[in-house]
Amino acid sequence: MTRILPPLLLTLLLLSVWETACRTLHVPAYFLPPPSAVAAALFDRAPILAASAAATFWMALQALVVATVLGGGLALAVSLSRPAEQAVRPLAVALQVTPVVAIAPLVMIWAGLDHADRAVVALAATVAFFPLFSGVLTGLRSADPDLERLFDLYGASPVQRLIRLRLPSALPFTLEGLRVAAGLAVIGAVVAEFVSGSGATQGLAWRLLEAGNRLRTADMLAALACLMAMGLTLNAVVGFLEQIVRRRLA
Amino acid sequence: MAEAAGAAASLNAVLVRYAGRPPIGPINLAIAPGEIVALVGASGAGKSTALRLLAGLETPSEGAVVTAPGRTGYVFQSATLMPWADALANVALPMELAGVSRPDARARAVEALTAVGLGDRLDARPRQLSGGMAMRVALARALVTAPDLLLLDEPFAALDSVTRRRLIEDLHRLWAARRPRPAIVFVTHDVEEAVYLADRAVVLDGASGRVAATLASPGPLPRPAGWRADATCRSAVEELARTLATAMPGTEAAA
Repeated sequence: MTRILPPLLLTLLLLSVWETACRTLHVPAYFLPPPSAVAAALFDRAPILAASAAATFWMALQALVVATVLGGGLALAVSLSRPAEQAVRPLAVALQVTPVVAIAPLVMIWAGLDHADRAVVALAATVAFFPLFSGVLTGLRSADPDLERLFDLYGASPVQRLIRLRLPSALPFTLEGLRVAAGLAVIGAVVAEFVSGSGATQGLAWRLLEAGNRLRTADMLAALACLMAMGLTLNAVVGFLEQIVRRRLA
Repeated sequence: MAEAAGAAASLNAVLVRYAGRPPIGPINLAIAPGEIVALVGASGAGKSTALRLLAGLETPSEGAVVTAPGRTGYVFQSATLMPWADALANVALPMELAGVSRPDARARAVEALTAVGLGDRLDARPRQLSGGMAMRVALARALVTAPDLLLLDEPFAALDSVTRRRLIEDLHRLWAARRPRPAIVFVTHDVEEAVYLADRAVVLDGASGRVAATLASPGPLPRPAGWRADATCRSAVEELARTLATAMPGTEAAA
């Protein structure tokens, strides 16, 4: 309770400053509506916003699962041989440093213009891939060298070593990667929706675009608030998971 | 070498080259079955390397290594336990890796943990154990396979002196209780510890890593705790300290 109180108070303070400023300075509503107007928009458009948030969340979640399977799987395969790791790492980094906006139009074409949601998932997964790949790979290599020697001494098979030593050692790093990837998946999904810009995905980004085009600023801010809440929730869920695992592991 | 026949393990004219430093060796060292050898020498003299060679964890650049015919146990400088597993699972690991069924492995692990006095802490996680207790778990893990050769790399260096003495008593007790007795190679920095716990102390030369001297400790093992204050023990400690000093790098010119 004492931990959430200070940020809560600060948020309330900022909101009241915003509200008062809007009212006393007579800021036009299309430029910056007061928080009360945003709250009203949130309330009025709750069903649509909820459906859109669910759509974006669903796409981000699918992307996260795809990225976990591909990133984790590739890290696992590559961890078995140094040359394989050296071959794959630069490519993974290349994928990471390429801006998602830049590859979005290409992926749109590949996914087919009728399947904008697939393109969004693919793009979000592309962004979420690297932290998972990197986290799992680092984790698999992080086992205590003396424990590795112990497994050598007792003639452990590669499978025994993987299951009994390297995977448990990799778990904290994997969760750290998952936490970063979860945030990136939401960003990736939103950016991809923006680029597709067709309304075919009906996610939160589309609500933002739509409201922007009509100069309904309060609706825009309401959609933004939803996105923020979604990001925070996802972060909290993964953080909670991380805590449970840490408690079990060490 | 002829003396290697019948040895628990031996290093025969073994040379190890690492990139960027002078080679270690050649080392000649034969460990007889059931004897306790203390390995002393300056940091970097190759004590840990000798231990890893004896365990077969490292391959020599030249020379031959004869490893123990049966199992080898190993205790590292830190307890090196798997933090996600309890004491029982940590100790059962060597048996399970060897393909022993889970119930059998666990039963042996319970025996081994009871032997080191931790029969009531089977489900404790490593972080719940003190440094001395964690080392006991590591010792139980090394002994669970009933090894012919037990290698200990400065295992008690990080512990306080009371705990350290108690663990050495326990090590002697465990060693004496086994039939046949396992051979033990114990790396240490502490000359008193070396004299007290071993049949003989092998001094490695700080510069070359060769065996500089071998000093037999007087009297049979295991020794009574009060023997440390004995004159024979004191003089053996002094002699070993002098020998060790001349084997340190930088003292050759003065010697």
